[in-house]
Amino acid sequence: MKRATLDQKIGFGLLYLSILLTLFFLGAIIYFIAVRGVGIISWQFLTETPRKAMTAGGVAPAIVGTFYLTIGAVLVALIPGIACAIYLCEYSPKGVAMNVIRVSINNLAGVPSVVFGLFGLSVFCKYMGFGVSILAGALTLGILILPGIISAAQEALLAVPQSLREASLALGATQWQTIRKIVLPAALPGILTGIILGVGRAAGETAPIMFTAATMYKRGYPTSIFSETMALPYHIYALMTEGTRPKEQTAIAYGCALILLVLVLLISAIAIYFRQKQRGASYGGR
Amino acid sequence: MVRENVLKWTFGTLAYTSLLVLLAITVVLFQQGLPLFGRVNAWEFFTGIHWYPTHEEHPEYGILPIIIASLCTTAGAMLVCVPLGVGSALYLNEIASFRQRAFLKPVVELLASIPSIVFGFFGMVIVAPFVQKLLHIPVGLNLFTASLILGIMAIPTVCSLSEDALSFVPRSFREASYAVGANRWQTLTGVVFPAAGSGISTAVILGMSRAIGETMTVLMVAGNAAIIPKSIFDPVRPMTSTIAAEMGEAVIGSTHYHALFAIGLMLFVITFVFNIAAELISRRFRIKLGLGA
Repeated sequence: MKRATLDQKIGFGLLYLSILLTLFFLGAIIYFIAVRGVGIISWQFLTETPRKAMTAGGVAPAIVGTFYLTIGAVLVALIPGIACAIYLCEYSPKGVAMNVIRVSINNLAGVPSVVFGLFGLSVFCKYMGFGVSILAGALTLGILILPGIISAAQEALLAVPQSLREASLALGATQWQTIRKIVLPAALPGILTGIILGVGRAAGETAPIMFTAATMYKRGYPTSIFSETMALPYHIYALMTEGTRPKEQTAIAYGCALILLVLVLLISAIAIYFRQKQRGASYGGR
Repeated sequence: MVRENVLKWTFGTLAYTSLLVLLAITVVLFQQGLPLFGRVNAWEFFTGIHWYPTHEEHPEYGILPIIIASLCTTAGAMLVCVPLGVGSALYLNEIASFRQRAFLKPVVELLASIPSIVFGFFGMVIVAPFVQKLLHIPVGLNLFTASLILGIMAIPTVCSLSEDALSFVPRSFREASYAVGANRWQTLTGVVFPAAGSGISTAVILGMSRAIGETMTVLMVAGNAAIIPKSIFDPVRPMTSTIAAEMGEAVIGSTHYHALFAIGLMLFVITFVFNIAAELISRRFRIKLGLGA
Protein backbone atom coordinates (compact mmCIF):
# COMPACT_ATOMS: atom_id res chain seq x y z
CA MET A 1 0.00 0.00 0.00
CA LYS A 2 1.20 3.49 -0.78
CA ARG A 3 2.47 5.52 2.17
CA ALA A 4 -0.10 8.29 1.67
CA THR A 5 -2.96 5.82 1.55
CA LEU A 6 -1.75 4.15 4.73
CA ASP A 7 -1.50 7.53 6.48
CA GLN A 8 -5.04 8.28 5.44
CA LYS A 9 -6.29 4.97 6.78
CA ILE A 10 -4.64 5.55 10.15
CA GLY A 11 -5.69 9.19 10.32
CA PHE A 12 -9.32 8.49 9.49
CA GLY A 13 -9.26 5.63 11.97
CA LEU A 14 -8.19 8.00 14.74
CA LEU A 15 -10.90 10.50 13.87
CA TYR A 16 -13.45 7.70 13.87
CA LEU A 17 -12.19 6.64 17.28
CA SER A 18 -12.55 10.14 18.70
CA ILE A 19 -16.19 10.51 17.70
CA LEU A 20 -16.89 7.03 19.05
CA LEU A 21 -15.25 7.86 22.39
CA THR A 22 -17.17 11.13 22.61
CA LEU A 23 -20.47 9.41 22.01
CA PHE A 24 -19.50 6.59 24.38
CA PHE A 25 -18.68 8.92 27.29
CA LEU A 26 -21.76 11.04 26.89
CA GLY A 27 -23.93 8.02 26.23
CA ALA A 28 -22.60 6.38 29.41
CA ILE A 29 -23.79 9.32 31.51
CA ILE A 30 -27.28 9.17 30.13
CA TYR A 31 -27.36 5.36 30.35
CA PHE A 32 -26.27 5.08 33.99
CA ILE A 33 -28.54 7.84 35.22
CA ALA A 34 -31.51 6.49 33.25
CA VAL A 35 -31.03 2.90 34.40
CA ARG A 36 -30.49 3.68 38.06
CA GLY A 37 -32.92 6.56 38.27
CA VAL A 38 -35.91 5.05 36.56
CA GLY A 39 -36.80 2.75 39.47
CA ILE A 40 -36.84 5.69 41.86
CA ILE A 41 -39.35 7.76 39.97
CA SER A 42 -42.96 7.21 40.82
CA TRP A 43 -46.06 9.35 41.02
CA GLN A 44 -45.38 9.89 44.73
CA PHE A 45 -41.80 10.92 44.02
CA LEU A 46 -42.98 13.60 41.64
CA THR A 47 -45.86 14.93 43.71
CA GLU A 48 -44.96 14.59 47.39
CA THR A 49 -42.81 16.68 49.69
CA PRO A 50 -39.63 15.20 51.22
CA ARG A 51 -39.97 13.26 54.48
CA LYS A 52 -37.60 12.03 57.20
CA ALA A 53 -34.90 14.66 56.58
CA MET A 54 -34.77 14.12 52.82
CA THR A 55 -34.35 10.33 53.01
CA ALA A 56 -37.86 9.49 51.90
CA GLY A 57 -40.86 10.98 50.15
CA GLY A 58 -40.84 13.02 46.97
CA VAL A 59 -39.16 16.04 45.49
CA ALA A 60 -42.17 18.06 44.31
CA PRO A 61 -41.06 21.32 45.98
CA ALA A 62 -37.75 21.13 44.11
CA ILE A 63 -39.53 20.60 40.79
CA VAL A 64 -41.87 23.50 41.49
CA GLY A 65 -38.96 25.69 42.60
CA THR A 66 -37.01 24.99 39.43
CA PHE A 67 -40.14 25.80 37.43
CA TYR A 68 -40.56 29.20 39.15
CA LEU A 69 -36.87 30.09 38.85
CA THR A 70 -36.80 29.20 35.18
CA ILE A 71 -39.95 31.12 34.28
CA GLY A 72 -38.64 34.08 36.28
CA ALA A 73 -35.29 33.98 34.50
CA VAL A 74 -36.96 34.01 31.09
CA LEU A 75 -39.20 36.93 32.09
CA VAL A 76 -36.11 38.86 33.19
CA ALA A 77 -34.10 38.20 30.02
CA LEU A 78 -36.90 38.36 27.47
CA ILE A 79 -37.40 42.10 26.93
CA PRO A 80 -33.78 43.31 27.07
CA GLY A 81 -32.71 40.29 25.02
CA ILE A 82 -35.12 40.81 22.15
CA ALA A 83 -34.75 44.61 22.27
CA CYS A 84 -30.98 44.27 21.99
CA ALA A 85 -31.28 41.91 19.02
CA ILE A 86 -33.77 44.25 17.29
CA TYR A 87 -31.47 47.19 17.83
CA LEU A 88 -28.43 45.37 16.46
CA CYS A 89 -30.18 43.88 13.44
CA GLU A 90 -32.80 46.44 12.49
CA TYR A 91 -31.36 49.78 13.48
CA SER A 92 -27.77 48.66 12.73
CA PRO A 93 -25.84 51.14 14.87
CA LYS A 94 -22.50 52.54 13.71
CA GLY A 95 -19.23 50.64 14.11
CA VAL A 96 -18.14 51.50 17.64
CA ALA A 97 -21.52 51.07 19.34
CA MET A 98 -22.04 47.80 17.50
CA ASN A 99 -18.64 46.47 18.55
CA VAL A 100 -19.02 47.54 22.17
CA ILE A 101 -22.38 45.80 22.45
CA ARG A 102 -21.17 42.68 20.65
CA VAL A 103 -18.01 42.34 22.72
CA SER A 104 -19.94 42.79 25.95
CA ILE A 105 -22.46 40.12 24.93
CA ASN A 106 -19.63 37.68 24.13
CA ASN A 107 -17.87 38.40 27.39
CA LEU A 108 -21.01 38.15 29.46
CA ALA A 109 -21.56 34.74 27.87
CA GLY A 110 -18.13 33.68 29.12
CA VAL A 111 -18.46 34.78 32.75
CA PRO A 112 -18.27 31.70 35.02
CA SER A 113 -21.60 30.79 36.57
CA VAL A 114 -20.25 31.01 40.12
CA VAL A 115 -19.31 34.66 39.48
CA PHE A 116 -22.94 35.31 38.57
CA GLY A 117 -23.74 33.80 41.93
CA LEU A 118 -21.40 36.23 43.71
CA PHE A 119 -22.90 39.12 41.78
CA GLY A 120 -26.45 38.08 42.56
CA LEU A 121 -25.59 37.64 46.22
CA SER A 122 -24.15 41.11 46.66
CA VAL A 123 -26.51 43.04 44.37
CA PHE A 124 -29.90 41.31 44.48
CA CYS A 125 -29.77 39.64 47.89
CA LYS A 126 -27.88 42.27 49.87
CA TYR A 127 -27.87 45.63 48.11
CA MET A 128 -31.45 45.50 46.84
CA GLY A 129 -32.53 43.61 49.93
CA PHE A 130 -34.36 40.72 48.26
CA GLY A 131 -32.56 38.23 50.48
CA VAL A 132 -32.23 34.59 49.50
CA SER A 133 -35.34 34.40 47.36
CA ILE A 134 -36.90 33.24 44.11
CA LEU A 135 -36.73 36.84 42.90
CA ALA A 136 -32.97 37.13 43.49
CA GLY A 137 -32.36 33.72 41.90
CA ALA A 138 -34.52 34.50 38.86
CA LEU A 139 -32.72 37.82 38.31
CA THR A 140 -29.33 36.10 38.56
CA LEU A 141 -30.35 33.32 36.15
CA GLY A 142 -31.95 35.92 33.88
CA ILE A 143 -28.71 37.81 33.30
CA LEU A 144 -26.96 34.47 32.85
CA ILE A 145 -29.19 33.44 29.93
CA LEU A 146 -29.38 36.95 28.43
CA PRO A 147 -26.46 36.52 25.96
CA GLY A 148 -27.92 33.26 24.64
CA ILE A 149 -31.33 34.82 24.08
CA ILE A 150 -29.76 37.79 22.27
CA SER A 151 -27.72 35.54 19.96
CA ALA A 152 -30.70 33.36 19.09
CA ALA A 153 -32.95 36.36 18.45
CA GLN A 154 -30.23 37.95 16.31
CA GLU A 155 -29.89 34.80 14.24
CA ALA A 156 -33.66 34.70 13.77
CA LEU A 157 -33.83 38.34 12.69
CA LEU A 158 -30.92 37.99 10.28
CA ALA A 159 -32.65 35.06 8.62
CA VAL A 160 -35.60 37.26 7.61
CA PRO A 161 -34.99 38.17 3.94
CA GLN A 162 -34.05 41.78 3.33
CA SER A 163 -36.61 41.97 0.51
CA LEU A 164 -39.49 41.68 3.02
CA ARG A 165 -38.27 44.79 4.83
CA GLU A 166 -37.73 46.69 1.59
CA ALA A 167 -41.19 45.80 0.33
CA SER A 168 -42.74 47.03 3.54
CA LEU A 169 -40.77 50.27 3.59
CA ALA A 170 -41.58 50.84 -0.07
CA LEU A 171 -45.29 50.70 0.74
CA GLY A 172 -44.74 53.60 3.08
CA ALA A 173 -44.61 51.72 6.39
CA THR A 174 -42.40 53.26 9.03
CA GLN A 175 -39.47 51.32 10.42
CA TRP A 176 -41.33 50.34 13.58
CA GLN A 177 -44.37 49.24 11.60
CA THR A 178 -42.06 47.13 9.45
CA ILE A 179 -40.43 45.55 12.50
CA ARG A 180 -43.68 44.86 14.29
CA LYS A 181 -45.83 43.68 11.40
CA ILE A 182 -43.27 42.08 9.09
CA VAL A 183 -39.94 41.25 10.68
CA LEU A 184 -40.97 40.06 14.16
CA PRO A 185 -43.71 37.68 12.96
CA ALA A 186 -41.29 36.15 10.46
CA ALA A 187 -38.57 35.80 13.12
CA LEU A 188 -40.87 34.63 15.90
CA PRO A 189 -40.24 30.87 15.60
CA GLY A 190 -36.49 31.46 15.77
CA ILE A 191 -36.82 33.74 18.77
CA LEU A 192 -39.00 31.17 20.54
CA THR A 193 -36.36 28.53 19.88
CA GLY A 194 -33.78 30.73 21.60
CA ILE A 195 -36.07 31.22 24.56
CA ILE A 196 -36.61 27.47 24.89
CA LEU A 197 -32.84 26.92 24.87
CA GLY A 198 -32.57 29.56 27.59
CA VAL A 199 -35.16 27.67 29.64
CA GLY A 200 -33.06 24.53 29.36
CA ARG A 201 -29.95 26.35 30.46
CA ALA A 202 -31.61 28.10 33.40
CA ALA A 203 -33.23 24.90 34.65
CA GLY A 204 -29.92 23.10 34.99
CA GLU A 205 -27.72 25.80 36.53
CA THR A 206 -26.70 25.29 40.13
CA ALA A 207 -23.88 27.64 41.09
CA PRO A 208 -25.81 30.90 40.45
CA ILE A 209 -28.67 29.89 42.74
CA MET A 210 -26.60 28.32 45.52
CA PHE A 211 -26.35 31.53 47.51
CA THR A 212 -29.14 33.54 45.93
CA ALA A 213 -32.26 31.37 45.96
CA ALA A 214 -31.81 27.75 46.89
CA THR A 215 -32.27 26.07 50.19
CA MET A 216 -31.54 22.49 51.04
CA TYR A 217 -34.73 21.59 52.75
CA LYS A 218 -38.11 23.22 52.89
CA ARG A 219 -41.19 21.60 54.27
CA GLY A 220 -43.63 23.06 51.80
CA TYR A 221 -43.86 24.99 48.59
CA PRO A 222 -42.59 28.55 48.17
CA THR A 223 -45.33 31.04 49.03
CA SER A 224 -44.10 34.23 47.35
CA ILE A 225 -41.30 35.50 45.15
CA PHE A 226 -39.52 36.59 48.32
CA SER A 227 -39.33 33.11 49.81
CA GLU A 228 -36.37 30.81 49.37
CA THR A 229 -37.00 27.63 47.48
CA MET A 230 -35.78 24.13 46.80
CA ALA A 231 -34.52 23.51 43.26
CA LEU A 232 -33.73 20.27 41.44
CA PRO A 233 -30.05 20.88 40.63
CA TYR A 234 -29.24 22.20 44.08
CA HIS A 235 -31.17 19.37 45.67
CA ILE A 236 -28.88 16.83 43.97
CA TYR A 237 -25.86 18.64 45.37
CA ALA A 238 -27.34 18.85 48.85
CA LEU A 239 -28.29 15.18 48.86
CA MET A 240 -24.75 14.16 47.91
CA THR A 241 -22.89 16.39 50.34
CA GLU A 242 -25.08 16.83 53.42
CA GLY A 243 -27.00 14.52 55.67
CA THR A 244 -26.22 11.24 57.35
CA ARG A 245 -27.93 8.59 55.23
CA PRO A 246 -25.84 8.45 52.04
CA LYS A 247 -27.53 5.34 50.68
CA GLU A 248 -31.10 6.62 50.73
CA GLN A 249 -29.98 10.08 49.70
CA THR A 250 -28.02 8.82 46.69
CA ALA A 251 -31.09 6.94 45.51
CA ILE A 252 -33.18 10.10 45.67
CA ALA A 253 -30.37 12.02 43.94
CA TYR A 254 -30.51 9.51 41.06
CA GLY A 255 -34.20 10.23 40.73
CA CYS A 256 -33.62 14.00 40.73
CA ALA A 257 -30.77 13.71 38.23
CA LEU A 258 -32.95 11.69 35.89
CA ILE A 259 -35.82 14.17 36.11
CA LEU A 260 -33.44 17.05 35.45
CA LEU A 261 -31.69 15.25 32.60
CA VAL A 262 -34.94 14.29 30.88
CA LEU A 263 -36.32 17.78 31.38
CA VAL A 264 -33.27 19.55 29.98
CA LEU A 265 -32.63 17.13 27.12
CA LEU A 266 -36.29 17.21 26.12
CA ILE A 267 -36.45 21.01 26.17
CA SER A 268 -33.19 21.34 24.23
CA ALA A 269 -34.14 18.61 21.76
CA ILE A 270 -37.33 20.47 20.90
CA ALA A 271 -35.41 23.71 20.43
CA ILE A 272 -32.61 22.14 18.39
CA TYR A 273 -35.11 20.28 16.21
CA PHE A 274 -36.97 23.48 15.38
CA ARG A 275 -33.76 25.41 14.82
CA GLN A 276 -32.51 22.74 12.45
CA LYS A 277 -35.77 22.93 10.53
CA GLN A 278 -35.68 26.72 10.33
CA ARG A 279 -32.06 26.77 9.24
CA GLY A 280 -32.83 24.25 6.54
CA ALA A 281 -35.78 26.32 5.37
CA SER A 282 -33.92 29.61 5.30
CA TYR A 283 -30.92 28.14 3.47
CA GLY A 284 -33.23 26.53 0.98
CA GLY A 285 -34.93 29.83 0.28
CA ARG A 286 -31.74 31.65 -0.53
CA MET B 1 -42.01 60.44 13.85
CA VAL B 2 -41.59 61.16 17.54
CA ARG B 3 -42.88 57.69 18.27
CA GLU B 4 -40.32 56.16 15.90
CA ASN B 5 -37.49 57.98 17.60
CA VAL B 6 -38.67 57.11 21.11
CA LEU B 7 -38.79 53.44 20.12
CA LYS B 8 -35.38 53.52 18.51
CA TRP B 9 -33.99 55.20 21.60
CA THR B 10 -35.65 52.61 23.85
CA PHE B 11 -34.22 49.69 21.91
CA GLY B 12 -30.84 51.40 21.80
CA THR B 13 -30.84 51.80 25.57
CA LEU B 14 -31.95 48.25 26.28
CA ALA B 15 -29.25 47.01 23.91
CA TYR B 16 -26.67 48.17 26.41
CA THR B 17 -28.05 45.87 29.15
CA SER B 18 -25.23 43.36 28.59
CA LEU B 19 -22.61 46.07 28.88
CA LEU B 20 -24.30 47.44 31.99
CA VAL B 21 -24.40 44.02 33.63
CA LEU B 22 -20.78 43.34 32.70
CA LEU B 23 -19.72 46.68 34.19
CA ALA B 24 -21.82 46.06 37.29
CA ILE B 25 -20.18 42.64 37.76
CA THR B 26 -16.75 44.25 37.43
CA VAL B 27 -17.60 46.99 39.94
CA VAL B 28 -19.07 44.55 42.47
CA LEU B 29 -16.09 42.19 42.26
CA PHE B 30 -13.59 45.01 42.71
CA GLN B 31 -15.60 46.68 45.45
CA GLN B 32 -16.03 43.44 47.42
CA GLY B 33 -12.68 41.89 46.53
CA LEU B 34 -10.23 44.76 46.95
CA PRO B 35 -10.89 45.45 50.69
CA LEU B 36 -9.11 42.14 51.28
CA PHE B 37 -5.76 43.67 50.43
CA GLY B 38 -6.13 46.19 53.23
CA ARG B 39 -6.18 43.26 55.64
CA VAL B 40 -4.06 40.63 53.94
CA ASN B 41 -0.77 41.23 52.18
CA ALA B 42 -1.31 40.72 48.43
CA TRP B 43 1.96 38.78 48.09
CA GLU B 44 0.97 36.43 50.89
CA PHE B 45 -2.46 36.00 49.35
CA PHE B 46 -1.16 34.91 45.96
CA THR B 47 1.87 32.91 47.09
CA GLY B 48 0.79 31.57 50.49
CA ILE B 49 0.33 27.83 50.56
CA HIS B 50 -2.05 27.61 53.50
CA TRP B 51 -5.75 28.26 53.13
CA TYR B 52 -7.29 28.21 56.62
CA PRO B 53 -9.82 31.05 56.41
CA THR B 54 -11.90 29.85 59.34
CA HIS B 55 -9.08 29.18 61.80
CA GLU B 56 -10.02 30.99 65.00
CA GLU B 57 -6.66 32.39 66.11
CA HIS B 58 -4.50 32.45 63.01
CA PRO B 59 -6.57 32.41 59.85
CA GLU B 60 -4.40 32.13 56.76
CA TYR B 61 -5.35 33.21 53.26
CA GLY B 62 -2.86 31.69 50.83
CA ILE B 63 -4.48 30.77 47.52
CA LEU B 64 -1.50 29.29 45.67
CA PRO B 65 -2.78 25.71 46.09
CA ILE B 66 -6.16 26.86 44.83
CA ILE B 67 -4.69 28.56 41.76
CA ILE B 68 -2.53 25.51 41.04
CA ALA B 69 -5.58 23.29 41.38
CA SER B 70 -7.50 25.37 38.82
CA LEU B 71 -4.59 25.33 36.39
CA CYS B 72 -4.04 21.58 36.76
CA THR B 73 -7.68 20.58 36.39
CA THR B 74 -8.05 22.86 33.37
CA ALA B 75 -4.86 21.54 31.75
CA GLY B 76 -5.99 17.97 32.39
CA ALA B 77 -9.41 18.70 30.95
CA MET B 78 -7.77 20.11 27.82
CA LEU B 79 -5.86 16.85 27.33
CA VAL B 80 -9.22 15.10 27.15
CA CYS B 81 -11.40 17.58 25.28
CA VAL B 82 -9.01 18.95 22.65
CA PRO B 83 -8.14 15.67 20.90
CA LEU B 84 -11.65 14.26 21.24
CA GLY B 85 -13.46 17.52 20.47
CA VAL B 86 -11.33 18.52 17.49
CA GLY B 87 -11.14 14.91 16.29
CA SER B 88 -14.91 14.60 16.39
CA ALA B 89 -15.27 17.91 14.56
CA LEU B 90 -12.89 16.72 11.83
CA TYR B 91 -14.85 13.48 11.59
CA LEU B 92 -18.15 15.33 11.28
CA ASN B 93 -16.81 17.75 8.72
CA GLU B 94 -14.63 15.47 6.59
CA ILE B 95 -15.66 11.85 6.86
CA ALA B 96 -19.28 11.68 7.98
CA SER B 97 -21.85 11.20 5.26
CA PHE B 98 -24.48 13.87 4.85
CA ARG B 99 -27.03 11.84 6.80
CA GLN B 100 -24.58 10.97 9.58
CA ARG B 101 -23.70 14.61 9.93
CA ALA B 102 -27.32 15.74 9.93
CA PHE B 103 -27.87 13.35 12.85
CA LEU B 104 -24.62 13.72 14.83
CA LYS B 105 -24.28 17.49 14.82
CA PRO B 106 -27.58 18.12 16.65
CA VAL B 107 -26.74 15.24 19.00
CA VAL B 108 -23.47 16.90 19.97
CA GLU B 109 -25.30 20.20 20.50
CA LEU B 110 -27.83 18.38 22.63
CA LEU B 111 -25.08 16.88 24.76
CA ALA B 112 -23.75 20.39 25.39
CA SER B 113 -26.96 21.12 27.25
CA ILE B 114 -26.48 18.41 29.92
CA PRO B 115 -26.28 20.39 33.19
CA SER B 116 -22.96 20.43 35.02
CA ILE B 117 -24.55 19.11 38.20
CA VAL B 118 -25.40 15.92 36.30
CA PHE B 119 -21.75 15.54 35.27
CA GLY B 120 -20.68 16.15 38.86
CA PHE B 121 -23.15 13.61 40.17
CA PHE B 122 -22.10 11.04 37.56
CA GLY B 123 -18.44 11.62 38.43
CA MET B 124 -19.11 11.19 42.10
CA VAL B 125 -21.24 8.01 42.02
CA ILE B 126 -19.88 6.18 38.97
CA VAL B 127 -16.48 7.40 37.79
CA ALA B 128 -14.75 8.06 41.14
CA PRO B 129 -15.44 4.61 42.63
CA PHE B 130 -14.46 3.05 39.29
CA VAL B 131 -11.16 4.97 39.13
CA GLN B 132 -10.44 4.14 42.76
CA LYS B 133 -10.95 0.41 42.25
CA LEU B 134 -9.18 0.27 38.91
CA LEU B 135 -6.01 2.05 40.05
CA HIS B 136 -6.00 0.91 43.70
CA ILE B 137 -5.76 4.43 45.07
CA PRO B 138 -7.07 5.70 48.41
CA VAL B 139 -9.53 8.28 47.02
CA GLY B 140 -11.39 8.39 43.75
CA LEU B 141 -12.32 12.05 44.12
CA ASN B 142 -9.12 13.66 42.87
CA LEU B 143 -7.40 15.78 40.26
CA PHE B 144 -7.42 12.98 37.69
CA THR B 145 -11.14 12.24 37.94
CA ALA B 146 -12.04 15.94 37.99
CA SER B 147 -9.97 16.60 34.86
CA LEU B 148 -11.53 13.62 33.10
CA ILE B 149 -15.11 14.68 33.83
CA LEU B 150 -14.38 18.33 33.11
CA GLY B 151 -12.79 17.31 29.82
CA ILE B 152 -15.74 15.15 28.77
CA MET B 153 -18.01 18.04 29.65
CA ALA B 154 -16.12 20.48 27.42
CA ILE B 155 -16.04 18.14 24.37
CA PRO B 156 -19.35 19.33 22.88
CA THR B 157 -18.30 23.00 23.17
CA VAL B 158 -14.93 22.42 21.50
CA CYS B 159 -16.46 20.12 18.89
CA SER B 160 -19.30 22.45 17.86
CA LEU B 161 -17.08 25.52 17.61
CA SER B 162 -14.33 23.65 15.72
CA GLU B 163 -16.89 22.24 13.35
CA ASP B 164 -18.14 25.77 12.63
CA ALA B 165 -14.57 26.88 11.92
CA LEU B 166 -14.00 23.94 9.56
CA SER B 167 -17.22 24.58 7.68
CA PHE B 168 -16.06 28.15 6.95
CA VAL B 169 -13.09 26.88 4.93
CA PRO B 170 -14.02 27.59 1.30
CA ARG B 171 -14.64 24.61 -0.93
CA SER B 172 -12.14 25.93 -3.46
CA PHE B 173 -9.27 25.31 -0.97
CA ARG B 174 -10.08 21.61 -0.96
CA GLU B 175 -10.63 21.40 -4.68
CA ALA B 176 -7.29 23.04 -5.39
CA SER B 177 -5.59 20.49 -3.15
CA TYR B 178 -7.31 17.50 -4.76
CA ALA B 179 -6.43 18.93 -8.18
CA VAL B 180 -2.71 18.73 -7.46
CA GLY B 181 -3.12 15.08 -6.47
CA ALA B 182 -3.32 15.19 -2.68
CA ASN B 183 -5.54 12.56 -1.08
CA ARG B 184 -8.23 13.40 1.51
CA TRP B 185 -5.98 13.00 4.53
CA GLN B 186 -3.21 15.13 3.00
CA THR B 187 -5.77 17.78 2.11
CA LEU B 188 -7.14 17.68 5.64
CA THR B 189 -3.79 18.00 7.39
CA GLY B 190 -2.08 20.21 4.82
CA VAL B 191 -4.84 22.58 3.74
CA VAL B 192 -8.13 22.45 5.65
CA PHE B 193 -6.75 22.17 9.18
CA PRO B 194 -4.22 25.03 8.81
CA ALA B 195 -6.88 27.21 7.18
CA ALA B 196 -9.27 26.58 10.08
CA GLY B 197 -6.42 26.65 12.61
CA SER B 198 -7.15 29.96 14.26
CA GLY B 199 -10.86 29.19 14.31
CA ILE B 200 -10.07 25.94 16.05
CA SER B 201 -7.78 27.69 18.53
CA THR B 202 -10.69 29.99 19.34
CA ALA B 203 -12.72 26.88 20.10
CA VAL B 204 -9.94 25.56 22.34
CA ILE B 205 -9.65 28.85 24.23
CA LEU B 206 -13.40 28.99 24.80
CA GLY B 207 -13.29 25.37 25.96
CA MET B 208 -10.55 26.34 28.41
CA SER B 209 -12.55 29.30 29.61
CA ARG B 210 -15.50 26.99 30.20
CA ALA B 211 -13.36 24.44 32.05
CA ILE B 212 -11.70 26.93 34.39
CA GLY B 213 -15.03 28.55 35.25
CA GLU B 214 -16.89 25.30 35.75
CA THR B 215 -18.10 24.95 39.31
CA MET B 216 -20.37 22.07 40.22
CA THR B 217 -18.31 19.34 38.60
CA VAL B 218 -15.07 20.18 40.40
CA LEU B 219 -16.93 20.95 43.61
CA MET B 220 -18.29 17.41 43.66
CA VAL B 221 -15.46 15.47 42.06
CA ALA B 222 -12.11 17.16 42.81
CA GLY B 223 -11.94 16.05 46.45
CA ASN B 224 -11.94 19.51 48.02
CA ALA B 225 -8.55 19.60 49.74
CA ALA B 226 -6.74 22.94 49.48
CA ILE B 227 -3.27 21.44 49.17
CA ILE B 228 -0.69 21.59 46.40
CA PRO B 229 -1.10 18.26 44.59
CA LYS B 230 2.00 16.04 44.49
CA SER B 231 0.50 13.54 42.08
CA ILE B 232 -2.46 13.55 39.73
CA PHE B 233 -4.29 11.30 42.17
CA ASP B 234 -4.29 13.86 44.99
CA PRO B 235 -7.51 15.65 45.90
CA VAL B 236 -7.53 19.35 44.99
CA ARG B 237 -9.76 22.38 45.35
CA PRO B 238 -9.97 24.81 42.42
CA MET B 239 -11.04 28.47 42.63
CA THR B 240 -14.65 27.92 41.63
CA SER B 241 -15.33 25.20 44.16
CA THR B 242 -13.66 27.21 46.94
CA ILE B 243 -16.12 30.04 46.34
CA ALA B 244 -19.10 27.72 46.02
CA ALA B 245 -18.25 25.64 49.07
CA GLU B 246 -17.45 28.49 51.45
CA MET B 247 -19.64 31.43 50.43
CA GLY B 248 -22.59 30.01 52.31
CA GLU B 249 -20.85 30.15 55.66
CA ALA B 250 -18.62 33.22 55.23
CA VAL B 251 -19.76 36.10 57.43
CA ILE B 252 -20.61 39.14 55.32
CA GLY B 253 -17.88 41.76 55.50
CA SER B 254 -15.37 39.37 57.08
CA THR B 255 -11.90 38.89 55.66
CA HIS B 256 -12.99 35.46 54.49
CA TYR B 257 -15.93 36.98 52.58
CA HIS B 258 -13.70 39.50 50.81
CA ALA B 259 -11.10 36.81 50.10
CA LEU B 260 -13.75 34.75 48.28
CA PHE B 261 -14.72 37.80 46.21
CA ALA B 262 -11.03 38.36 45.44
CA ILE B 263 -10.87 34.79 44.10
CA GLY B 264 -14.01 35.53 42.09
CA LEU B 265 -12.37 38.67 40.72
CA MET B 266 -9.33 36.67 39.66
CA LEU B 267 -11.52 34.09 37.97
CA PHE B 268 -13.42 36.85 36.19
CA VAL B 269 -10.21 38.47 34.95
CA ILE B 270 -8.83 35.14 33.69
CA THR B 271 -11.98 34.24 31.75
CA PHE B 272 -12.24 37.83 30.47
CA VAL B 273 -8.72 37.59 29.03
CA PHE B 274 -9.54 34.22 27.44
CA ASN B 275 -12.69 35.61 25.87
CA ILE B 276 -11.00 38.70 24.49
CA ALA B 277 -8.21 36.52 23.08
CA ALA B 278 -10.79 34.25 21.43
CA GLU B 279 -12.56 37.32 20.03
CA LEU B 280 -9.36 38.76 18.53
CA ILE B 281 -8.25 35.46 17.02
CA SER B 282 -11.65 34.75 15.50
CA ARG B 283 -11.77 38.23 13.96
CA ARG B 284 -8.40 37.60 12.28
CA PHE B 285 -9.62 34.20 11.17
CA ARG B 286 -12.66 35.67 9.45
CA ILE B 287 -10.57 38.28 7.68
CA LYS B 288 -8.07 35.63 6.56
CA LEU B 289 -10.77 33.56 4.92
CA GLY B 290 -12.27 36.65 3.33
CA LEU B 291 -15.47 36.54 5.38
CA GLY B 292 -15.24 40.14 6.61
CA ALA B 293 -14.76 41.20 10.21
